[in-house]
Amino acid sequence: MKLKTLMLSGGALAALAVSAYAAGHGNMAGSMTIVSWGGAYQKSQINAYSAPYQAMNDGLEVIWDESSNEAVAKMRAMYEAGNVTWDLVDVEGPDATRLCDEGLAMEIDFETMLAPGDDGSTPADDFGDSLINDCFIPQIVFSTTFGYRTDVEAWGGNAPDDLCDVFDLEAFPGKRALEKRPKKNIEWALLCDGVAKDDLYDVLDGEGGVERALAKLDTIKDQVVWWSAGAETPQLLADGEVVMGSTYNGRLFSVIEEQKQPVAMLWDYQVFDFDGWIIPKDLPDDRLARVLDFVKYATDTQRLADQAKYISYGPARASSQPLVSTHADLGIEMAPHMPTNPANAQRYLVNNLEWWADNQDDVETKFQAWLAQ
Amino acid sequence: MSDATQTGPVLAADGRPLKRSLQRALRAQKMRALALIAPLLIFVLLTFVAPIADMLFRSVENSIVSDTLPRTVLALKDWDAKSGELPDESVFAAMAEDLKIAEAEKKHITLAIRLNYQTSGVSSLFRKTGRQVKKWDVPNDGPYMEKLLDVDDDWGSHELWRVIQTYSANYTPGYFLNAADMELGPDGVQQVDDSQKIYVMMFKRTMFLSIVITVSCIALGYPVAFLLASLPLRTSNMLMILVLLPFWTSLLVRTSSWKVLLQQQGVINDILVWIGLVDDANRLVMINNQFGTIVAMTHILLPFMILPLYSVMKTIPPSYVRASKSLGATNWTTFWRVYFPQSVPGIGAGSILVFILAIGYYITPELVGGTDGIFISNRIAFHISRSGNWGLGAALGSILLIVVLMLYWIYDKIVGIDNVSLG
Repeated sequence: MKLKTLMLSGGALAALAVSAYAAGHGNMAGSMTIVSWGGAYQKSQINAYSAPYQAMNDGLEVIWDESSNEAVAKMRAMYEAGNVTWDLVDVEGPDATRLCDEGLAMEIDFETMLAPGDDGSTPADDFGDSLINDCFIPQIVFSTTFGYRTDVEAWGGNAPDDLCDVFDLEAFPGKRALEKRPKKNIEWALLCDGVAKDDLYDVLDGEGGVERALAKLDTIKDQVVWWSAGAETPQLLADGEVVMGSTYNGRLFSVIEEQKQPVAMLWDYQVFDFDGWIIPKDLPDDRLARVLDFVKYATDTQRLADQAKYISYGPARASSQPLVSTHADLGIEMAPHMPTNPANAQRYLVNNLEWWADNQDDVETKFQAWLAQ
Repeated sequence: MSDATQTGPVLAADGRPLKRSLQRALRAQKMRALALIAPLLIFVLLTFVAPIADMLFRSVENSIVSDTLPRTVLALKDWDAKSGELPDESVFAAMAEDLKIAEAEKKHITLAIRLNYQTSGVSSLFRKTGRQVKKWDVPNDGPYMEKLLDVDDDWGSHELWRVIQTYSANYTPGYFLNAADMELGPDGVQQVDDSQKIYVMMFKRTMFLSIVITVSCIALGYPVAFLLASLPLRTSNMLMILVLLPFWTSLLVRTSSWKVLLQQQGVINDILVWIGLVDDANRLVMINNQFGTIVAMTHILLPFMILPLYSVMKTIPPSYVRASKSLGATNWTTFWRVYFPQSVPGIGAGSILVFILAIGYYITPELVGGTDGIFISNRIAFHISRSGNWGLGAALGSILLIVVLMLYWIYDKIVGIDNVSLG
């Protein structure tokens, strides 16, 4: 008991000394809780952002919380309880918009809080279209796209090169993996039902648009394995359970290049999404100062380009694109694996987030009812 | 024996009525006992009962509409939704004023998300209007009916105003109706469109699958428990570890192992193809459907059946079985007439445990259930953690809680809760 007290008070003294030192030197010591997705993605953030930052800031402790999947619900609960323990939260674009709308995320002054681009461009110009709302600090562009097995005998040497091959059970028989959510699936279904890309949301808005998409999905329904976690499709492909499936492009990269499975990418009509940071609103001053300093560093041109060394997601800054180099372990060029690479992005989709905000409750219910039939 | 003076109450030594002093002594004892459990009681109330009550309360709570649009709600009171006409200028003016205040406080989108659960399109309408209303000099630059209709035609939607009026009360049955595939329409409660019906079917399926899982657990667990209870202690302890081992393994690991075993390119299918029972082109589909859910959950919940069964069977004296046999009963009669009735309390306890755990499961069904093997809890989890519709999630959860309590009550009536034993 006595020893414990001694150690505790010793620890407290040491902590005091460190913080006193830090306060004197403008150091960002203390601890910071960052919320992310776990797995390879979080590792890439640690390698590219937080590890070099910690090397410059002695005494800064970074705590990672793998809760991004439920960030909206958890942040709401935290604000209701009046105890926000998160300092920085990694979320997808739509979730960021939601948190910003609900007043749970802080509004960002892009010009002062973010670093200008290495090429001299202002932050707003550099990030461009990825600044989807007033609270969101973009990091990466990722895409949801298809991967297929390259060794399917029944295909007679053909390989799918068109999104609609997913819906073609005669030429490309076998099971497919699709996400257990309507978003993206109904857009893909309509595209392959003859709807032009520009008319997608007009058709969906019209009478029977959603039903038309579900009817198209019906044609392959008994050949679909539905996934709810991004890691499922790579596993299903590797096991040979499915012959093609949708998932995030970084997951497919790791199956193809890191695990060397007989799988290839089908980039046609990949769906782009942004992922980035939001800062919880009304943080205490000391925590806010710490986070802002970190974010400015972690989203500068070099850091965003560095992240692409560890995972195949495209940096959100235009000025980072030319700096994308080779994979840290494999040594391969990363540029051809980026979803934003012109060769990969010949045809692509971006979800109409406004339409989805209006209709997701309705469409989700219809989709789940259709699934359960 | 009897005496005239003894017809009154029995007195204690100190002259007080014995009954009262006994009560006092007991009360003191009860208070002491209560004081002893007080920390636990308070802990349970604060960390368990209160949060659940708070969550359940959200299933009827609806003050966001009247808090955000107080003037509109008041002005809409006299509007007759059935008249077929739009509300008059006073309502539009009230809406403009409410929206301007809400926009400044960043509350209008939160409200729009709430109203969007009932009718699609409010989200973008409020967002668009919010950007405009900021520039207006409310209430001096009317008329607002024209201005709002200029911003978006949707302000002329009869349905929108009806929904705002219907949901203007502080409490609403709306979430509970939604949870039962119904909604508040213009003519009161009505069924939702067939293409949106899902929850009643999910509740039925959850019940059905939970019963199947409970029965499978009894069928598999009873012989194991019987074996454990009748073997010598040293052997049964060894076997007991085998029962408990999966218990200590992560749920996710066990669920993933079933994937490896059951999938089409999995171990079981490979073996069946290898010995020629199944054609390579027609491998069995054993996962991502109800079968997968039943197998994986039966396995995961089996220890909850075996342990109470075992501890009850352990208390059945072997001499009863010997006595029955020595009186000429066959093995079967002995088991069925003597042994089995005494083990029923264990089946009761195990069944309650397994059934109640099964009904609330969602991780395993999500991973192995495909489309027809998922439970209502999967929908509850979705609404709580993904869609943000906590009201609907809370309503679904409340219904589930009520159903479980009702089943418990029926069980008590039929079997009797005294007839349940954990050993």
